Order: sequence, then C-alpha cells, then structure tokens
Amino acid sequence: MHSSIYLGVLIVMPLVGALVAILTRKQENISYYVAVVTATLELALAIVVAVLYNNHLAGDGTYDFMSRHVLSAPLGLAYDVGVDGISLFMVVLTALVLFVALLGARERRREASFVGWLLLLTSFTLASFVSHDVLEFFIFFEFTLVPSYFIIANWGGAQRARAALKFFIYTFSGSAFLLVGILYLGFVHQHQTGGALTFAYSALANTPISHGVSVWLFIAFAIAFAVKSPIWPFHTWSPVTYAEAPTGGSIELSALLAKLGSYGLLRFAVGLFPLALPDMRPIVLTLAVIGILYGSLVACATPDLKRLVAYSSVAQMGFITLGIMSGSVIGATGAVLLMFNHGVITMGFFLIIGFIEQRRGSYQIKDLTGLQGPAPVMAALFTVVMMASLGLPGLSGFVSEFLILVGTFGTHAWWGAIAAIGVIAAAAYLLWAYQRVFHGKATGVNAAIPDASTKERWVLVPVVALILVLGVFPKPVLDRITPSVDVLIHHVAPTGVSK
Amino acid sequence: MIAAASSVTIPSIHYLALLPVFTFFGASLLLLVLSAVVADKVRINLATAITALASIAVMVYAIFQWAYVSNHGATTTVAHAIVLDGFAVVGTFAIGAALLMSTLVAHDWAKRERIAGADFHILALASSMGALLMVQANDLIVIFLGLEILSIGLYVLVGFDRHRSTSDEGALKYFLLGGFASAIFIYGVALTYGATGSTNLSSISYFLSQNVVLHPGLLYAGGGLLLIGFAFKVAAVPFHAWSPDVYEGAPTPVTGVMASIVKVGAFAALLRVLISALGTQLDTWRPILFVLIILTCVVGASVALVQRNVKRLLAYSSINQAGFMLLGVWAGTPRGAAATLFYVLTYAPVVIATFAIVTLVGGKGDEHHSIDHYRGLARRQPWLGGALAVLLLTQLGAPLTVGFYAKFTVLAATIDAGGGALALVALLSAAIAAYFYLRFALTLYADDDVEGTRIHVPWLTGGTIALGVIVAVLFGLWPGPIATWVQHATLLFLP
Repeated sequence: MHSSIYLGVLIVMPLVGALVAILTRKQENISYYVAVVTATLELALAIVVAVLYNNHLAGDGTYDFMSRHVLSAPLGLAYDVGVDGISLFMVVLTALVLFVALLGARERRREASFVGWLLLLTSFTLASFVSHDVLEFFIFFEFTLVPSYFIIANWGGAQRARAALKFFIYTFSGSAFLLVGILYLGFVHQHQTGGALTFAYSALANTPISHGVSVWLFIAFAIAFAVKSPIWPFHTWSPVTYAEAPTGGSIELSALLAKLGSYGLLRFAVGLFPLALPDMRPIVLTLAVIGILYGSLVACATPDLKRLVAYSSVAQMGFITLGIMSGSVIGATGAVLLMFNHGVITMGFFLIIGFIEQRRGSYQIKDLTGLQGPAPVMAALFTVVMMASLGLPGLSGFVSEFLILVGTFGTHAWWGAIAAIGVIAAAAYLLWAYQRVFHGKATGVNAAIPDASTKERWVLVPVVALILVLGVFPKPVLDRITPSVDVLIHHVAPTGVSK
Repeated sequence: MIAAASSVTIPSIHYLALLPVFTFFGASLLLLVLSAVVADKVRINLATAITALASIAVMVYAIFQWAYVSNHGATTTVAHAIVLDGFAVVGTFAIGAALLMSTLVAHDWAKRERIAGADFHILALASSMGALLMVQANDLIVIFLGLEILSIGLYVLVGFDRHRSTSDEGALKYFLLGGFASAIFIYGVALTYGATGSTNLSSISYFLSQNVVLHPGLLYAGGGLLLIGFAFKVAAVPFHAWSPDVYEGAPTPVTGVMASIVKVGAFAALLRVLISALGTQLDTWRPILFVLIILTCVVGASVALVQRNVKRLLAYSSINQAGFMLLGVWAGTPRGAAATLFYVLTYAPVVIATFAIVTLVGGKGDEHHSIDHYRGLARRQPWLGGALAVLLLTQLGAPLTVGFYAKFTVLAATIDAGGGALALVALLSAAIAAYFYLRFALTLYADDDVEGTRIHVPWLTGGTIALGVIVAVLFGLWPGPIATWVQHATLLFLP
C-alpha cells in the first residue's frame, strides 16, 4: 500500500496556495500565478496518484493510500482517507477542473480572493472524494458550500444574489436529511457494538440494520445527493445557478460538484444500504429516466447556452444515476466513467461559452448567429465537445453511455430502452443549438468577433485530448475503475439482480 | 437562649465554590460604595477596570475549580444547596468571559453616548452574579434567587436608555412579563415541594427514584410551571412574545448580555432541574419539550424572514438558536447535556460580538438598526463587515465555523436519544434561517452603496469582535478541545 501522504498533500497544497494567494493580494498578478503554480502541482500529483494506484495490494478491498486518525472521540471525528477506483478519477477531475478553470476563466476583479475561494473549494472537494469516513465526507461535502456560495455571490451575473441563495438553501436543506441519516446510522452502530462512536465507512457498511430502517436511511441519503447531482425533480436550483455563476464557478459546479452527488449516491446510498435497493431501484431509475427525457426536452427550448448546458447536465446526470442504480457492474462502471467524461465535456462547454460571452457580452442564443465564419477554430472545438456529449462513437461520451445502457439493458431493460431515446434527444438539442449559433451568416457584432486565441486553444487542449483518447482507448481507466465497482456491487447485490 | 443558639448549626461552606459569586458581589458593592462616596460620578475607566478584573478573576477561579473538581470529584456545599461540579465550572467560565466581553463593548458605548458613572457595571455585575447562582444551584430556591437577581438587574438595564421610548417600553414589558414568569416559577417550586417534600434537586431526584407517585397531578403541575418559567427566560415559543420588543428596546450592549449570560444561566439551571431532579419523569416532560422545540425553531426562523430591524431579526434568530439548545435538553442524556453546554458556551461569545457590531453601526443615539444601514458595509470596511458575515454564518451553522459543530452535537444527541424526526425538523428550520442570515450577509456585500459613512471602531470593541470571530473560526476548524471539555464537564455532573 502507498503512503497516505500523497492524499494529505493533495488536500493541504491548495490550502497553502490559497493562503499565499491572499497574502500576496497587493501585488498585481502574483496571486494568480501562485494559484496557477499550485494548480499545476496539484494536477501533476493527482496524475502521479492515478498512475501509482494499485488495487491488488493487501488492504481494505481495492483501497490504496489509506490511513485513519481519530481527531475527536466525543464527536466521532476522524481523518480517514483512501482512494479506490471509484474516487481515483474524481481526484484527477478535481485537480483538472481547478487547472482549467484558472487558465480558461480568469476573473480579474478581486482576483486574489477569487483564486483563494477556488483553491479552498478544490481542497474541500478533493477531501470529500478521498474521505473513507462517512462523517468526514459529510463535513467536507458541506464545506464546499461556503466557497461555492461566495464565488457565485461575488462574481456572478446580474441575478447572482438570488442564484447563490437558492443554491445554498437547496443544498443545505438536502444535507439536513443526510446529516440526520448519518448520525442515526452512527448511533445504531454504536449501540450494537457498545464501543466508541465511529463513522468509519467499513464499520458502518457492515452494520446490520433492518429493511425498514435501511429504506428510510437510503431515502435520506438519496435526497441530499439528488439535490446535489441534480436529479429530477430536485434540479430546479441548477439552471439559474449555472447561468448566473461566473464561468469558473459554472465549471466547478457542473463539472465537479455535481459529481459529489452521484459519487455519494454510489458510494454511500447504494454502498451502505443494500437492503433498500430492491425497493428503491425502480423509483430512482424512473426518476433518472424522467430526468433524461425532461432535461433533453427543456434543453431544446432554452433561450441561452448556459441553461442549455445546465439542462443537458440534468439529462447526463440522469444517465449516471441510471448506471449507478442499474445494479450491474458494467452499468456502474460506465456511470463512474461518465462522471469523469461529463466533467471534461461540460468543462469544454462552459469554457467556450465563456469565450463567446467575453466577446459578445451575451450567451443568449438569439444574439448569436453565424459564428462559424469569423471563429472557425472555436466552432471546431465546440463541435468536438458537442459530438462527445451526444455520444458519437470514437469520442469519450460514447464509451460511457454505451456501458451504462448495456448494463441497464441487462438488468432493467425497459428503463434502458426509454433512456436510449434520450441519446437521440441530445443530438436534437445540441445540433439545433449549434445550427442557430454557428451556422448562418454573421452580421454586425457577430461578424467581428475574433477567433479563439492561442491561449484559449491551449486551454482546450487537455479537454479535447481527453475526449479523443478516452474515446478510443479507455482501457487504462476502466482497468482501474472496474475492480472497485465490482467489489461494491457484489457487496450490495451478492446474488445478482433479477430482471 | 444559649440552647437555642447552639442548636443553629451553620452549614459548612466551601469557599472556592462560592468565590465567583462573592467576587461579582464584592465588585458591584465596591462600585456602589465608590459611587456614593466620590464627589462626582465614578470614572468610567475605573468602573470598567474593576468589572473586567472581576470577570477575569472569575475565569481564573474557574480554572482552579476545574482542577479541584478533577482531583476531588463533584461536591455540594451550603447544606447541599450549591454544587461544585464540572458543569458549574464551565458555566462559570462562560459567564465570566461573557461579562468581560460585554463590559468592553459597553465601555465604548457609554463613552459614545456620554453616559458617566458605574450604574451599568453595577447592574451587569449583579445580573451576572444571579446567573452564576443559577449555574451552581442545586436547590429550586437558589435557582429562583439566581433568576430574580439576574432579572432585576436586567429590568433596569433594558430601560437604561431613558431618552428612547422603546427602551422604556421594553423595560416595562420585560418587567411585567418577567414578573409573571417569576411568579409562575415560584408557584412551580411550591407545588414540586408539595409533591416531593423537598426543594433540593438531589432530594427530589432521590424521592422520585424511591417512590411511586400514585397521584402525579401535583408533581406534573409543579414541573410544568417550572418549565414555563424557564421557557420564558430562554424565550421559547409560545413564551417568546416579549423578546423582540425587549431586544429592540434595550441598549444594544444590554441586548448582547441578554442573549448570552441569560442563556447560559437559564440553560444550566434547566438542565439540572429536568435531567438531575426530574430525570425519572423523562417520558412526561419530553413530549412537552418536543412541541416547544418545534414551535421555537420554526417560528423563530420563519418570523425572522420578514424583519427589517436588525435587532428584531437577531431576536428571532436567538429564538431559533434557543430551539437548538433545547434539543440537548430534550435528549435528557449526558451527551445531550454536553451538547447544550457546547452550544451555549460557543454561542455566547459569538452573539456578544454580533451585538458589538450592531452597537457600532447603531451610531450615536443607538438608532441606526434598519438593515439598510448595513448595505455595502463589507465593501466599505472589509474587516468589520467580514467579521459580521463570519458571525452570521456561525449562527447559521455554516461549515468551517463553530456553529456547525454546535448544531452537530445537539443533533447527534437528539438522534442518539431517538429523536430523528425532531432533529430533522430543527435542521430544516436551520435551512429557513439560512435564508435570512445569508440575505443579511449579502446585504453587507452589496455593491451599490459603497459610499456610506465609515464607522469608527474603538479598540476595546474591536478586540471583543475579534475574540468572537476567533472563537467562531478557530473552534470551527478544531472543535476537539471544546467537545472534550464539555464531555468531561458533564461526566463530572453531580446527579
């Protein structure tokens, strides 16, 4: 097993970076460079962790880089970290999102505090992904609210105050259920064992609970994660929040924080309450399918690009939920892969929309037309991202959606069949939006916009590269994800799932 | 004559236990005498110095008391009417700290308002002495004494600002309703005595554990009336109607005292009465508290949404907070007592610091309390506005602040005691409360009014605010020490 120092450094480095950035706020640009350097180191280290990760070592399941220290016995607080195949690529995604958001969506107004919040957010998100303790996960999960709130409230668009408030209250209310559920489970465990209060994942996962309790706790957990993801009908905060947040904030929220929801659903709601699954599966699968169809339909009708991506995210998160709840190893593996791929794809979308907004001062579809003429490179980059999102074979989105649908067909054919319609709908709304924005004849301001600059092209290189590489050669990633998903799914459904 | 005299035995007195009470009493007496003998009024610097020294002394005693309790265990004194246990020591420390912070704020406030003399200090010391008695009381009569000493000082303090009619109105309202509450409380004491044959909490507990009360009507009535008395003091709905008016009317530093010291005293006594004296009747008082908590949390959070006056807003916020503190009492377990203690201990400095900022923004005459006066504050004065934002987030229970762990501990205790639904309702009320806290915080960061008047921050008040923020953030990142301390304190709880 590798040392947990790697993960400790990954968590602490952005904190140090944030501190230095705030201290150097007086000098122009220095805090920004500090943040970029931190982000680069963070990304490099995350990749090192991904490469080193070894699931064959003797340890707890497929976990690596583990360690546990109890911080406060009365509170049951512990620092307990470790990664497995499910969280590994979320760690990489966290570092990548920070890196790309800093380079591609720079905020020049009160820059030091902006990058400070961004770095804090990265640290907390990363810590929640590597938490191997349910309470620790919850605490960092809640911590992420504070930086996100300030990023939206301080750097957002005209409606930022309302958007930030809505975001905070929805997520905070959702977490209320999660906290009550976690505490309940912790005390059930304590009363059964008579030992100290602990929220260690492996201890709680092996706590025998009755079927009824299991169902209630699953519901409590699922509400919190459904709000965060967002899963229909808990999505209503997301379009306004994604639209009003600054580009960097939209990227963090949709590419990264949404994944905390689906990650939590898989790891905690599914992982801790196997008894609830037979009852809950049809319900959550149905919500996921509704989300896919609803998101796609509304995306057709939205007047602006940011909301379009927001609703398309509702649909994509529906796919992820479908895979997670399918009960098949293939489906869940596809879901974990899509969590990463969707992060990369959305990042691309919001970056390009940010570039357009910078040039035109608007991301309303009606204001934009014929951009392909003056900005062919930008149009090409948008096309790649779009094709990945609608699942064109050979690009990353296809692999993950395909795995999800295959897995779902094996266990829940009807839901899979209806969800597949969503793939067609995605093609419809994306291509139609592309037509309206990039095709046609550009006139006036639209004709005068400059094409993507060299720097902007370079920022999109990692996005496009990942889309292409994972589209044709996902094996190294799948090799790392599959064993962990296999362990989890077999823990919760030892005898397999009936059709 | 001689025989009669010899039959009166003076109970043994443990002076270390009573030293904090004597100190506050002595300090207030000293200031009273000084006021009488000096030709002009007592210099405010002197009054503040004496009060501050007395509070620091009390905090230092608390450390010695802690050492004593850790080594010798909990003990009672003065014929078992006063108790020295871990719980009392933590309460004593909290009251000492709260009085110190309040005095520093009041000092700058009195200078601004050109209030000479030591009147505020004398009354604040006397009130705090009452709170100390409540924290240490092991007898219903002593609790009543503490409650009255605490309240009488406050009645006067609320009406301290004679020039404002709201101050007079608040004082009268507080006095009348407070008088009723005291009457109800003492009636409850009488009925409880009738039912159990004692006013001593330990004796009541022993009696109830040894006997089956066949006709519990008298006991229930007594316990119920005691509960109403406490519910009035902590402003639990539906006994809260006085609090917004009184919070608004009282001079702002006094509001800070009410939100902190009163809560420490009242909650410590409430925990003792319900858990140690009436612990056997848990199943009877729990449903009552259940209803009280739900009403308190929901009404406090919802009504705060429509407040435009910051002091009224904070009054409803403190009602909501009281609901959370009651959760730990509802649990009725050591974990619950520790949780409420954690909550009260961390809430006190935060709320005093909050009212310190409200005092500053209130300006001369203590009148600028509309939320509009806070528009853009954090843009003009990043430190002051930022501090208020942190303090508001702490009261919200936002992560990274100690408020998060305060809510966490009471919820944990509630769920541990089987109150999942109650915890959920309380937590959802916190989500409602989040709306007004955050809206307030956003007002501070509004962009449209950066050209306001700058507010001068005197350094004593500034230090107090800084202290509140440090408590909020430091223990928000590192809650372990306080959690351990309150747990030990509750283990040293004398049943």
